[in-house]
Amino acid sequence: MKIKAKIMDKEAVARAIVRIAHEIIEKNKGTEGLCLVGIRNRGVYIALRLAESIKKIEGTVIAAGALDITFYRDDLALASGRPVVRKTEIDFDINKKNLILVDDVLYTGRTIRAALDALIDFGRPRSIQLAVLIDRGHRELPIRADFVGKNIPTSCEETVEVRLEETDAADEVVIVGKD
Amino acid sequence: MKWSLWAKTNMNWTRKDLLGLEYLNREEIEMILDTADSFKEVSTREIKKVPALRGKTAVNLFYEPSTRTRVSFEVAAKRLSADVINIAVENSSVRKGETLIDTGKNIQALKADIVVIRHNCSGAADMLARALDISVVNAGDGWHEHPTQALLDIFTLREKMGKISGLNMAIVGDIAHSRVARSNIWGLTKLGAKVTVCAPQILFPPGIEKMGVKVSSDIDEVLKHADAVNVLRMQFERDTNTAFPEQLEYFKNFGITQERLAKAKKNIVVMHPGPINRGIEMSSEVADGANSVILEQVTNGIAIRMAVLFLVATAREV
Repeated sequence: MKIKAKIMDKEAVARAIVRIAHEIIEKNKGTEGLCLVGIRNRGVYIALRLAESIKKIEGTVIAAGALDITFYRDDLALASGRPVVRKTEIDFDINKKNLILVDDVLYTGRTIRAALDALIDFGRPRSIQLAVLIDRGHRELPIRADFVGKNIPTSCEETVEVRLEETDAADEVVIVGKD
Repeated sequence: MKWSLWAKTNMNWTRKDLLGLEYLNREEIEMILDTADSFKEVSTREIKKVPALRGKTAVNLFYEPSTRTRVSFEVAAKRLSADVINIAVENSSVRKGETLIDTGKNIQALKADIVVIRHNCSGAADMLARALDISVVNAGDGWHEHPTQALLDIFTLREKMGKISGLNMAIVGDIAHSRVARSNIWGLTKLGAKVTVCAPQILFPPGIEKMGVKVSSDIDEVLKHADAVNVLRMQFERDTNTAFPEQLEYFKNFGITQERLAKAKKNIVVMHPGPINRGIEMSSEVADGANSVILEQVTNGIAIRMAVLFLVATAREV
């Protein structure tokens, strides 16, 4: 596997997050009743950055949580399922909130399907909106994002890797493929 | 808010069974503890259930009376959305002479996915695991091992102390007949704790030092150095009262009391696998006191058993 293209650098990632923060505030007409939930693992860090960004723009702190979807995956029985269970940490009430679900890459939509199932077990938000840094297409379920950092047309043979300083020591998005 | 770190490892669980801590390495034990850490949160939700093992069937096959372990496994399986069937041997075809392996093969033929077995013979779980393709979890076999009990003890200790490595752990009581002691010794020593076993001479099995533990019959001396003490149940139903006739004499010489704890480290963690014989292994004041984590052990037992059921049921060949 080798890097075929670098799609976003540190600055581009930062700009996309600030823009999404603005869009979230605009669409929800402020930060009233807003909360963020990031999907483990990188979605959590993007959610935290969005919270930071929203705080800078509006001056309000909104709650952010972390969601692990391992228990809700539909591929646990398949060889490709590699369950490493991590912690879900949502220490606020999601009932009647406008909840922004955050992930790094939107691909088949199956992770989001699992996340929706998980969230419903925690309560009944007024709305769930989806924010992703990258939308790479190839959906297998009727799911779309409300906020997208960048649309990237890809082939299924390729992998899109979002790397973040918190987990990978650099902010960048690259396409990785064979040969 | 504090954010938990990545799980330390991306390793995969590869074993279809959990038979004892003797067979696991340090990384595997830590993987169970870390997985349990994630599962613990599920029991704090309003809806205490996740679909991780939906469509799987777990069979509790108990050849010995047990309420707490069986209920704990049953609650754990149900919180994972597995279907649970309890077989109490008193009412089953075992009474008509069916062998353990035949019983196991019949359960396998019912397309169950996991058998949780409690048996009075050491090695019963191992034998069943070899005979079956489905997962076998040892819920206690004779005097051999009781791995999930030791795992929940170690999990509770790790939660309280932040780590296991370097801790001075005392195990007090009927070491000779205790599978809980044996599993704890394997697990704790693999994780780097220093273990001292303490009992009257008659309750030590021969060769116990070979497990890498210190041996003492001086309870006050042992307590003085201990960061935690695991107090085992005197197993009168296993006929140790003939070996040790005076229950009150045991309490006098080895029972954990406030007076004894006053001379120990202030934050010493007091554990007991239950059910407690109050006034024999420990006084009521100690059992209900500030140092006791006995009921937290029960809560943590659910998380550990959820983790074990999940890992064996989703095990991967490398």
